[in-house]
Amino acid sequence: MRILLMGNPNVGKSVVFSRLTGTSVVVSNYPGTTVEFTKGTMKVGKKRAEVIDVPGTYTLEPTTKAEEVAVEMLKDGDVVINIVDATNLERNLYLTLQLLEKKVPVIVALNLSDEAKHKGITIDVKKLEKLLDVPVVPTVAITGEGFKKLISRLPKAKAHAYRHTDEQRWEKMGRIVEEIQTVAHRHHTLAERLGDATVRPLTGIPVAIGIVALMFFVIRFIGEGLIANVFDPVFGAYAPVAMRMSEALGSGGFIHNIVIGNLIDGGIDFTQSMGLLTTGIFVPLAMVLPYVFAFYLVLGFLEDSGYLPRLGVLVDSGMHRVGMHGFAVVPMLLGLGCNVPGALSSRILETRRQRFIALTLMGIAVPCMAQLAIIFGLVGSYGVGALAIVVATLFVVWVVIGLLLNKILAGESPEMFTEIPPYRTPYWGATLKKLWMRTRHFLTTAIPFVLLGVLLVNVLYSLGIIDFIGDIASPVVVGLLGLPAAAAGALIIGFLRKDVAVGMLLPLGLSMQQLVVASVVLAMYFPCVATFAIFIRELGIKDTAKSTLIMIGMALLVGTLLRFVLGG
Amino acid sequence: MRKLLVELRAGESGIIVGVTGGFGLQRRLATLGIRINKKVRMITAQPFRGPIVVEVDRTHVAIGMGMAWKVLVEAAK
Repeated sequence: MRILLMGNPNVGKSVVFSRLTGTSVVVSNYPGTTVEFTKGTMKVGKKRAEVIDVPGTYTLEPTTKAEEVAVEMLKDGDVVINIVDATNLERNLYLTLQLLEKKVPVIVALNLSDEAKHKGITIDVKKLEKLLDVPVVPTVAITGEGFKKLISRLPKAKAHAYRHTDEQRWEKMGRIVEEIQTVAHRHHTLAERLGDATVRPLTGIPVAIGIVALMFFVIRFIGEGLIANVFDPVFGAYAPVAMRMSEALGSGGFIHNIVIGNLIDGGIDFTQSMGLLTTGIFVPLAMVLPYVFAFYLVLGFLEDSGYLPRLGVLVDSGMHRVGMHGFAVVPMLLGLGCNVPGALSSRILETRRQRFIALTLMGIAVPCMAQLAIIFGLVGSYGVGALAIVVATLFVVWVVIGLLLNKILAGESPEMFTEIPPYRTPYWGATLKKLWMRTRHFLTTAIPFVLLGVLLVNVLYSLGIIDFIGDIASPVVVGLLGLPAAAAGALIIGFLRKDVAVGMLLPLGLSMQQLVVASVVLAMYFPCVATFAIFIRELGIKDTAKSTLIMIGMALLVGTLLRFVLGG
Repeated sequence: MRKLLVELRAGESGIIVGVTGGFGLQRRLATLGIRINKKVRMITAQPFRGPIVVEVDRTHVAIGMGMAWKVLVEAAK
């Protein structure tokens, strides 16, 4: 049996899904998360049934890509659980009435019924059931209220084949709502007033700046706290163990260099030794993971509270100047965590042109948290000023290239037309589950690549290949960028892992100016291999090639300019 | 008084009396409750031709300027 979950966006459909199936899914508030549908299984009686989380849709006459998908999926469904937002019955019932025309068994879950109560909305469920002639069960997805009943009444789902025109549907809905719903007058709640204030430019823009600043403060606070209290002590205890391994391997030689790396002043330096069991595990765990974890914690909270659509509205007109619209903040923010999910989430932008611009800008000027963490550590040692140069340069590049692409590429960005959900307290179960999934994704994809990167550095060095490439690339690296020839090694490894690449700069003894130039060039010149694979999948080979040429060209141009401006 | 939806001031309400533009646009707007005889209240209009945000049926909807231009309202006194 195949069960379809269908309903408008933002009605808690994904929470219902994770409750029915118990599998891990990404649950959040902003439009677009469910464009890729999620599948799971649940038990109905003694049988296993397939449950499909269909993309949110307002109507079965598709107006968007996600709705087209929804209509397609309806053809293969055996029963539909129609999730209806009890706080906005009238609009939600439009889809319900359309479903009742499709000869498919339907059961209605009247979700958010607790929120409806708070808003002073009373619904006569019995009467609604009678008027629709399908089972109606009030539910509260985040607490699980009503789910037992929903599952037990699933076999009672009933199919109809009504025929309505648009006008008749609106009329019928109006009549139903009038008969079964009463709304008590009440004052605006604090959450509603906050909702209005954060979307009005005069109050909303300062709040947005405050939130972004707070976000970075919290990320630094958690990240540094984890490093100081967890990872530094752990690696402090590990250091003597690693030292004994080094001695056991004879304190030198090929194997020693790969496993432990170079001894610096007779000891292991976790950031510089470049061995698999030293730098290879220290970089992802003790330098990057704390910040990645902190970033996703903060981002998950922002997503699930309902703030991002408001941020999207505030930045919409600015985003149009660079060829996208307000919701492009979602891929850009996600890209700051890791470019891979960032690039995937660019699908919430409707046109290919928007996605090309979004991915190119992300590849050039949105460094991932792993890379940022190492840049913070390295460049930050020269003070906040040096860091500010790196961040400001990338931001200016992002804006300028965006403006240019918007001018050059034919076409326009579609307009924003979307519901802005009310602020909701995040459902911690779902937010933490998402945090865990994202952290796990980082651990399982980053660590193998970091180890591979470190291994490759050692092998290429001992074979003399990095020196060889350094010689070939020296007109560019030395001549244009003013870096030592050995920095070419970092550019090669940067294709594999940007964080390892930035880390490779440390033993080179660069000046502040050189470090700034190298960090900016490493951020811009090419996406890492994992991101590159997504680019090819999303844009195709031809557009990826275009995008890559822009990146390499701009990296050289900006790096050279920066070198001469800084007088390095 | 009849005016364009985008001409409503923040906090001002009106009843939608017409949507110019094609059937597709009318249908799309209707899915989020922007249709004839609906009461809307302006929450905010973003500067530089940014989107407007209106309240309709106790929910908030963001509408791009180009679409919002095509909605006519009878402003409440």
